[in-house]
Amino acid sequence: MDFELSEDQVALQQELRRFLAARVGSEARRAIGAQPGAVDRGLWGELAGMGVFSLTVAEADGGVGLGMAEAAIAFEELGRAAVPGPLISTFLAVASGWVDGDAVVGWVPASGAVMIEHLDALDSVLVVGDDGVSLAAPPSGLTAVARPLDPLTPVHLIDTAPSGDVVGDTTAVARVQRDGELLAAAMQVGLGAAAVDLGAAYAGERTQFGKVIGGFQAVKHLLADAQVAVEVARAAVHAAAVEIDEAEGAAPAPMRAVDGARIVASHAAERATTACIQVHGGIGYTWELDAHLLLKRAMVLDVAFTTVDAATESLAAAL
Amino acid sequence: MKLRSTPEEETFRAELRAWLDETLPEIGPPPDHDDWVARRNYDSAWQRRLFDAGYAGIAWPTEIGGRGATPSEELIFLEETERAGAPYVGVNFVGLLHAGPTIFAEGTPEQKAKYLPGILRGDEIWCQGFSEPEAGSDLASLRTKAVRDGDHYVVTGQKIWTSHAQVADHCELLIRTDPDAPKHRGITWVVMPMDLPGIELRPLKTLLGVSDFNEMFLDEVRIPIENRVGEENDGWRVAMVTFSFERGTAFVSELLASMVLLQDLVAIARKRDQWDDAGVRRELATAAAELDALWALTKRNVSRAAREGNAGVGGSIFKLGYHEARERMNRVAMRLLGRATLALDDPTGIGAEDHVAERLYSLSLSIAAGTSQIQRNIVGERLLGLPKER
Repeated sequence: MDFELSEDQVALQQELRRFLAARVGSEARRAIGAQPGAVDRGLWGELAGMGVFSLTVAEADGGVGLGMAEAAIAFEELGRAAVPGPLISTFLAVASGWVDGDAVVGWVPASGAVMIEHLDALDSVLVVGDDGVSLAAPPSGLTAVARPLDPLTPVHLIDTAPSGDVVGDTTAVARVQRDGELLAAAMQVGLGAAAVDLGAAYAGERTQFGKVIGGFQAVKHLLADAQVAVEVARAAVHAAAVEIDEAEGAAPAPMRAVDGARIVASHAAERATTACIQVHGGIGYTWELDAHLLLKRAMVLDVAFTTVDAATESLAAAL
Repeated sequence: MKLRSTPEEETFRAELRAWLDETLPEIGPPPDHDDWVARRNYDSAWQRRLFDAGYAGIAWPTEIGGRGATPSEELIFLEETERAGAPYVGVNFVGLLHAGPTIFAEGTPEQKAKYLPGILRGDEIWCQGFSEPEAGSDLASLRTKAVRDGDHYVVTGQKIWTSHAQVADHCELLIRTDPDAPKHRGITWVVMPMDLPGIELRPLKTLLGVSDFNEMFLDEVRIPIENRVGEENDGWRVAMVTFSFERGTAFVSELLASMVLLQDLVAIARKRDQWDDAGVRRELATAAAELDALWALTKRNVSRAAREGNAGVGGSIFKLGYHEARERMNRVAMRLLGRATLALDDPTGIGAEDHVAERLYSLSLSIAAGTSQIQRNIVGERLLGLPKER
């Protein structure tokens, strides 16, 4: 057993972190929000070129040939930079070989009237039902919802899921749910880490009562608790990813670990992003500061592929 | 990142399991909590069996008679012994996990030869005289006075929270040898034989109603200078040296025992038709997710220790997370058990006993071995780079 990141994994993490810090800073991220569907096609192509969406595709098939462990590491970084766009569904479609490398693929559950994210940027939509996955053309001629929760995650209301070609059976459904759930958790860990960093940086420079506020235990402990939650969640996400990789081919899928990671990552992201806002005081409550973007993206991910309640029930059933 | 064991680790696990299967049936049930003499005998006998089988001092280097196990093997050892229901380290705790490693790191060859074999064999029991009534979280402010008289320190003062003192042979003791120096610079680490005149013990009853630790009063106790480990006035550094050995395994048995408690709560809920209550069910599942995550964090800390020599701030992260998970589990346990929580000895027979006691016990988790407030300072200052509150 060696549950630390390997040298290659650290290199992947650092390369992505550097790239995203330079490419998706605060202003650039907000500028992406003005693009159709809040997706920067240029950035998308760069991420595809770096293999972010094809990490788990075999090298023989043009992919990077790595596992879910590397995917979890990469998606934590995408979360840390709060990169806008349907990153997870695109990854799942590319990983399954349903689309090519730089397509923009959305996701929607198969039932009823639902909100769909990033519609104006989509090349195709994964429609995930109980008995299969299909790949559909995105519905057209719709108007975006005027006030989305997250300004960088535009949504449209659709009456019914679009129909398309069936690309996967129930096994594919299970895999998409499992991997989607895990990568959402990984992104939430990244969002939480970014929130702790932002909050700690501010607490380390803001002075009140003649002192740096990060020295006050009431502030310090808020951030420490958030950091604890993020680190515990990161370990859970990594463990679930490694379990998936190590169980490859063997049944059953390690859903308990994935559900558990989903639960603790959701709690960690909420704790860290709200602590970040609290530490900033009044500025934390403004549109101008990025703290609300971290919180809102974490909330968007809370209802991606499953809900925390559903994951909790799923875990309870395994007890 | 790999969770799968290496072939060497699997072999270690298989051999240990075989030995436990063979040995544990010969071990009787643990004695009554307050029968300290029986507890010493029980724990010592177990330590002797570990010694004879080559498992004593699992993390100690081989040159001093330890097993020299890797952090991963130590984790396997703790996991397998816990799952098999083997006795705990018990009264050997201070010797094996604190005083012994300190003497190994800082003692003279004579001191190592004198003290370490007795710890490994379970022949000699140690206690810790660090905390004082006026020196808790601020340990370095300790005041137990030592005056040099020829080749002795004459020691007067009071220690507190001294576990196992009533059956200990030696005490690792921190004394104030220079009252005028800055507080971290005037402390000395000595071995105090527990049979010296002038030592008086008074058991302290915990809120569980048992005597887990003692107050220790020292009245002109004459401790030979040769019992000093490290230089005079360098005792703070000597005492802190064990932290650099922390391998992230301190709470493994605890955590695994909590996982068993959680599964037991699930069984109770199912039996009593409380599993249909979504509130109960989801709280239990959330607690399970948290405990699973802490098991993953343990593996991370152990892996870090294997690479870097110690788990760093990982221990503080674990302890804070663990206390929170335990609080969640305890709360749902009390809700589940309802009026069965009114007694500590389970007269209703539904299995409330352990859960009520554990609910009370867990209150110590945020106090002992560094309060949660101190742990948060450590995380905030060392990991997040925030300034000290001054």
